[in-house]
Amino acid sequence: MTGPDRQAGQMTATPGCPAIIARGVEKSFGKRRVLDRVQLTVEQGSIFALLGPNGAGKTTMVRILSTLIPPDGGEIRVAGHELPHQAAGARTAIGVTGQFSAVDNLLTGSENLALMAALRHLGRAQARQRVRHLLERFELSDAADRRVSTYSGGMRRRLDLAMTLVGDPRLIFLDEPTTGLDPRSRKTMWQIIRELASDGVTIFLTTQYLEEADRLADRVAVLDHGRLVAEGTPAELKQRTPGAHVELRFADEGALRRAAALLQAPPPEDERPVLRVSSDGTLAALRRLLARLDDAGVEVEDLSIHAPDLDDVFFAVTGRSAAQPTIEEVAL
Amino acid sequence: MSALARTAAESAAMLRRNLKHQRRYPSATVMLVGMPIVLLLLFVYVFGGQLGAGLGPQLHAGLRPRLVGPGVQPAGDRIAYLTYVVPGILVMAVASAALGTALWVATDMTEGIIDRFRTMAIARGAVLTGHVLGSLVQTTVGLAIVVCVALAIGYRPTAGPLDWLAAVGVLLAFALALVCLSAALGLAAGSVETASNTPTFLTLLPLLSSGFVPTATMPAGLRQFAEYQPYTPVTQTVRALLAGADPGGHALAAIAWSAGIALVGYVWAVRLYDRRHAAAPR
Repeated sequence: MTGPDRQAGQMTATPGCPAIIARGVEKSFGKRRVLDRVQLTVEQGSIFALLGPNGAGKTTMVRILSTLIPPDGGEIRVAGHELPHQAAGARTAIGVTGQFSAVDNLLTGSENLALMAALRHLGRAQARQRVRHLLERFELSDAADRRVSTYSGGMRRRLDLAMTLVGDPRLIFLDEPTTGLDPRSRKTMWQIIRELASDGVTIFLTTQYLEEADRLADRVAVLDHGRLVAEGTPAELKQRTPGAHVELRFADEGALRRAAALLQAPPPEDERPVLRVSSDGTLAALRRLLARLDDAGVEVEDLSIHAPDLDDVFFAVTGRSAAQPTIEEVAL
Repeated sequence: MSALARTAAESAAMLRRNLKHQRRYPSATVMLVGMPIVLLLLFVYVFGGQLGAGLGPQLHAGLRPRLVGPGVQPAGDRIAYLTYVVPGILVMAVASAALGTALWVATDMTEGIIDRFRTMAIARGAVLTGHVLGSLVQTTVGLAIVVCVALAIGYRPTAGPLDWLAAVGVLLAFALALVCLSAALGLAAGSVETASNTPTFLTLLPLLSSGFVPTATMPAGLRQFAEYQPYTPVTQTVRALLAGADPGGHALAAIAWSAGIALVGYVWAVRLYDRRHAAAPR
């Protein structure tokens, strides 16, 4: 046991009480409104992804929920503590890994972890054990005695998360945990996040990668210009989104033209002999479609089913493609 | 664990962190400790002979000796000036180390780890307390080095152990004051570049005090300024104590100035540190 921190953390883990409740959260910087009546609920033990392009207000939301800045308005409960005036209580339950690495560059990896252990008032033996365990778990043992300034981006991010875990938080904020990581480091990070969630830790993450939200999250909220424009499970969001279709490829132009006439499908968008047909993608619908083509004697060379992905979701709710680079990204 | 013990443990962890920083970034430490030594050698060897000869008896005019014996009035102009200037250099060493505080604090505020500290259940003042204590450790090391160099070039104070203890106490109290003020200046600066400029006056004020020449030799106006600014009572107190003399009213003024500046500096620094919560994200 590590004193009051630990007890407070357990006390707030009341079963059934959501880890985060936010109602009507507002924040402006000067005249610029960054968050506009944002509303969300994160259940305990779930992974919640806040999705949005650069400048949507994701980081501001994380900074408010993690007690760094007060909101201008709205009601917030984090781990059962009302923000901003019960921030001290919330801090005993949360861990934060920010977008800009929150590590000490002049210290070594193990010194960074030991600092966290000291600030969490772990005993000497317990601290040593925790540091060694985390270094192993995050594959940092070899680099433990090197200064963090020599670490790669992926190592730094892993150390960052390891430091967050020293205090055994029940609710973790991850602000863009994989931005700027190479594909392998990203996969490692995903694996770690899943492991944490399976241990019952609640995870609130922000991302601009639709794939990441889709793969990791139990629920996703889409933030655009400070407003929540959609919220639900990845499956629900996809269901609500038009964009499910079947792609049919034909051997030649003739077959393509006959099929297009039969199905009243729009002509192909490019040179390829491919038709896009709206479909919910169920087997029954597919069978009917192929039967019609068979009956008309049109041979289909290849077929692929496209479920809408979160890109389609984003397009449907914002009218823009999330893949469109923002000015900052182009500048980089 | 009581709240006080927790705060102490957290501040100690921050102190260890800052001492590691100092060790791993030695150029700053060398600069800050080296500056007063350069001044000591410059004033003693370049100006010292002439100053000692010109000032003569004025160098000891303010001292009311408690002990009268050999060594109170050292022989030779340069040695006489050395004896006069060492307390001024010690105060300069205090000011120089305090310059570093603003730099360390301002640099730290640009690091992401400060945000991590802010989201942790740790005492509000722990980060700043760590910086203040770290700078006091650096000050102590700096003072020890200055004393060693002074002794090596012929400084022979007549003070007893208690006088030394009192002199170190006065210097550290003043160091605490300047370090707190400098921490606030570092937080107020907003950038590391600004933080390296704004506290410079801390090392200019000793030149306009009784640190290097007696205030009586200064023109009116400057003399009044020199006599009433905080560096003069601190310097005079240390000078008297190291000469085995009675510091008189200077001691009270030195302690009052130190307490006042420390209080203002610390309150200002904590308020600035808290206010950064409301800052816009980068």
